Amino acid sequence: MGKVKKSPWVLHYDGSSCNGCDIEVLACLTPVYDAERFGIINTGDPLQADIFLITGGINTQNKDVVTQLYDQMPRPKVVVAVGTCACTGGIFKDCYNILGGADTTIPVDIYVPGCAARPQAIIDGLVQAIALFQKRSDEHDEYERAHKGEKRNKNGQVS
Amino acid sequence: MSVKAVIMVILYILLAPVMGGLMEGLDRKISARMQGRIGPPLLQPFYDVRKLFNKQVIAIGVFQSSLLLCYMVLMIFTGSIFFAGNDILMCLFVLSTASTFMYFAAVVTGSPYNTIASSRELVQIMTYEPAVLMAGVGFYLVSGSFRVSEIANSGKVMLFRMPGLFAAFVLILLIKMRKSPFDVSTSHHAHQELVMGVKTELGAHNLAIFTITEWYENAFLMGIVGLFAVTSNPLSYLGALVLCALVFFFLILVDNASARVKWDQMLRFIWIATFFLSGVNLLILMLVR
Amino acid sequence: MQIAVFLIIFPLLCAPVMYFVRDNKVRAYITYAAAAVIASASVALTTYWVLEGSRPMLLLPHAEAAGHLILAAELALMVLVTYLCCKHRKYWISLLSIVPTVLIAWQELTDVKPMTLCHIYIDHLSILMCLIVGIVGSMIVIYAVGYMYGYHQHRKDVEDHRNYFFMLLFVFLGAMFGFVLSESLLWIDFFWEVTSVCSFLLIGYTKEEEAVNNSFRALWMNLLGGTALAVGIVYFARYENCVSFHKLIEYAQMGEVPAVICVGLVAIAALTKAAQLPFSTWLMGAMVAPTPSSALLHSATMVKAGIYVLFRLSPAMGGTTTGNMVALIGGFTFFMASIMAISQSDGKKVLAFSTISNLGLMTACAGVGAHETVWAGIFLMMFHAVSKSLLFQDVGATENATGSRDIEDMHGLLYRLPRLGFYMFIGIAAMFLAPFGMLISKWSALKAAVDSSNILLVLFIAYGSATTSFYWTKWMGKIISKSHETGERMKKDITGDSEMWSMTIHAALMITLCVLMPFISTRFVDPLLVEMYGQFTDVLPNGILAMMVLIMCMVFAIPWVAYMHYKNMQTNYKLNYMSGVNMGDNKTFVDSFGDGKKLWLSNYYFDKRINPDRMMIVCQLMTTAVLAIMVSFMVGGALV
Repeated sequence: MGKVKKSPWVLHYDGSSCNGCDIEVLACLTPVYDAERFGIINTGDPLQADIFLITGGINTQNKDVVTQLYDQMPRPKVVVAVGTCACTGGIFKDCYNILGGADTTIPVDIYVPGCAARPQAIIDGLVQAIALFQKRSDEHDEYERAHKGEKRNKNGQVS
Repeated sequence: MSVKAVIMVILYILLAPVMGGLMEGLDRKISARMQGRIGPPLLQPFYDVRKLFNKQVIAIGVFQSSLLLCYMVLMIFTGSIFFAGNDILMCLFVLSTASTFMYFAAVVTGSPYNTIASSRELVQIMTYEPAVLMAGVGFYLVSGSFRVSEIANSGKVMLFRMPGLFAAFVLILLIKMRKSPFDVSTSHHAHQELVMGVKTELGAHNLAIFTITEWYENAFLMGIVGLFAVTSNPLSYLGALVLCALVFFFLILVDNASARVKWDQMLRFIWIATFFLSGVNLLILMLVR
Repeated sequence: MQIAVFLIIFPLLCAPVMYFVRDNKVRAYITYAAAAVIASASVALTTYWVLEGSRPMLLLPHAEAAGHLILAAELALMVLVTYLCCKHRKYWISLLSIVPTVLIAWQELTDVKPMTLCHIYIDHLSILMCLIVGIVGSMIVIYAVGYMYGYHQHRKDVEDHRNYFFMLLFVFLGAMFGFVLSESLLWIDFFWEVTSVCSFLLIGYTKEEEAVNNSFRALWMNLLGGTALAVGIVYFARYENCVSFHKLIEYAQMGEVPAVICVGLVAIAALTKAAQLPFSTWLMGAMVAPTPSSALLHSATMVKAGIYVLFRLSPAMGGTTTGNMVALIGGFTFFMASIMAISQSDGKKVLAFSTISNLGLMTACAGVGAHETVWAGIFLMMFHAVSKSLLFQDVGATENATGSRDIEDMHGLLYRLPRLGFYMFIGIAAMFLAPFGMLISKWSALKAAVDSSNILLVLFIAYGSATTSFYWTKWMGKIISKSHETGERMKKDITGDSEMWSMTIHAALMITLCVLMPFISTRFVDPLLVEMYGQFTDVLPNGILAMMVLIMCMVFAIPWVAYMHYKNMQTNYKLNYMSGVNMGDNKTFVDSFGDGKKLWLSNYYFDKRINPDRMMIVCQLMTTAVLAIMVSFMVGGALV
């Protein structure tokens, strides 16, 4: 069905990172790496994003925020955890306010390790996320076609 | 309506999104080159819209989507009035009604980012309206008619008779096409200080409709730019294309070379520029008539 | 012919009945009946006149008895004003009443009988004015019954003098009919003074200090205009031995000096009545009055009296110094008042500034004096009367229901009070959006200004319509914005049936007017212009007007179709984007202390950049200078 892999839009959220990974994420958009070649846009808006890119661990304060941003994204969607902290909690793991990596709150699809994760690794993670996004999108189409016109619940699933 | 008008309207409805999309693709490509990047493929805007239509349909409320659809229909209607060769002032008034519906679609959500951005959008409308109206008046003074078909066949090159009005119109194109330094309500780039400005609450499907509407609008605006060069001579259409290309390149250049201003600076600058450029030009046109 | 006299006399006879019937219920029924009679009488007059062939009619050639009666009434009015001025220690204002009255009395008693063709004159313009006053006016009176009940429920501090209030409304209606139907300048002067005094008494209705001060401001400004009118009339009558309004215009067109000077003075009087700069402040102050009087006097009818006079004078003003100055003042007022309206959040103040602004455009149209501009001006006048009256009524009803008329408090009005919100939305749309009548009129005004090569007016219209749409659009946005309050429908809508009826009829009337515009143009306005100017060319071709009707259908149909389409569409509704910190809904978010905080959305008012008070003073100084130049030109012209 629809070839969506040419247009993956990224929502970048900084959990409780040291900002190292964030700088690398933004470096991906600079002329040196130019992620826009792949149609990647770093949008700031969950309602328009396809890939949720999290850096830093989850703490008690941002747990609800991450959940909400994830909920606001339209399906199909992919989550990428960038950096050791987002993958596991990293060196902050045992802090009193840290719950752990991003997967303590929302389902994570792609893990990009590194402290800080290098741009090459991030782009590699994004490329894998794009493939997954295409697969999910096909499934989504399949589902929509199969259940056309049926009653749905709040999340759009057939009840 | 003549057959020619019907054909033109059908061509506009079918081709305007293609033209608008290509313009956006070109814009992104040229901008990237100006910044030393390779940039996305030329057809990237079409990929984006196709993806947006393929996603789950989400919205903030039912009013938001319906008002946005009104915006789109009225915008297509605006362009159709223009390309059918009808009255240009009526066309501009329907255009402002269309913009009003866009404002409604933004403000009806009650979202904080949308509300601030839509207030700025209103300031933008207020800023460009005098220049747009005066351009219409200028066409009338030179050609003796408000009808686009008669303006296009008047045998005079508007650009040479109304350079001031043309300059003012190009300035307000920066606002209409959401280019820096006047992209205060929303930018055509991904980022703005108000998240996405008036586009903040547009979910996938709605954003696609909004984008297509902007394409229709941009094609229509380029039509007006072309009107400055078109005469009854068929060769002049080539001139119009060149003029559109030059204006388009100028807009991209300014977009990449300037920083966003505050809304009151924008208002003051454009109003004063319009007053001198358009006002003096109109005065001369009235005196020599 | 008897209907015309009946229209003047009947409301005046109703007035004492209103005063003496103390029971509110009984008076309400009498009011409904009287309003119905007035409305049908104005329609009957129109029908009769159309059946007679739609020709200008001159009636009442001899009316000496009526003339004496009017003189006596005028003297009584003078005594009343003098008494009230002395009571409130504003002695000097009484001079503005005494001087013109004495002048008129002197003229009437000492001079040989001046030549009047007739006393009553009916043509297309008077018929249109009669229809506006008759239909809109009687609707407002009906609305007032429900409104005043709610008003005294909600304002316990104001003494209940409803009988007095309704008496004044009816006196005013009678005077207004008299004004638009009169041909004799002496009669016109009398009815002019009556409307001024009615307005003054209605503004002071609450008897609060602010209201009293504002009412006296309105009084002196209007009486100043009245004085200019009286001086002009007496001057003209003394030199030309004639008090006919049409002769005045005829002579002025021929260039007779006394007539030209009289036209200048009458135009100044009209500027005061139409609240143009520098006299705009009285209309702002008048907003303290209860809403029906604001709707009736200060937007729909009385201020239009000034515009009516200017339209009558326009053939004599076109291209003259007076005309240019009037056009300049009108255009300037249109632009400046719309800027000042941006900074207001009080609904009635916005309406007042917008009234001043629109009246400015009409004044400019009359001042340019070309037949195209007058065509546009007449349509502006009609559409403005209906839409503005609807808006005033709606704001008044909203204030009664919610206790506030601040635009910021109207957030989400469409969800809380659906009917009032809807009518307000329609009313505002009619003020500036395509394809409603106001916009078409503004468009033809622009075209007419270009045709008459008036660059200043073109600039004023181009900039002024931008600022106008700004303040209206942000108000509309407020009404439909999802509420940051509870946003639920208010349990009790205390708006009375009479109010709702009046508003519904207004809304229907407004849309009918838009659809009937081509018809009204060919049947009423074009013949009028032919009669006034001897020639007429179409301003907007009928094809465009038909196109507008099409757009009208689209503007109503598309949102409905779109709504139906999306209502049944499989959509997943999400929360607003608030950086991910909404607390489960769109009304509260988590603040930096981790507590919930209510969201509060507000419009732009430019309050740091626009200071309406200071701006008003500057504008007043500038326009006073223009007026001073105009007067010195006139005096200079007379001396040469």
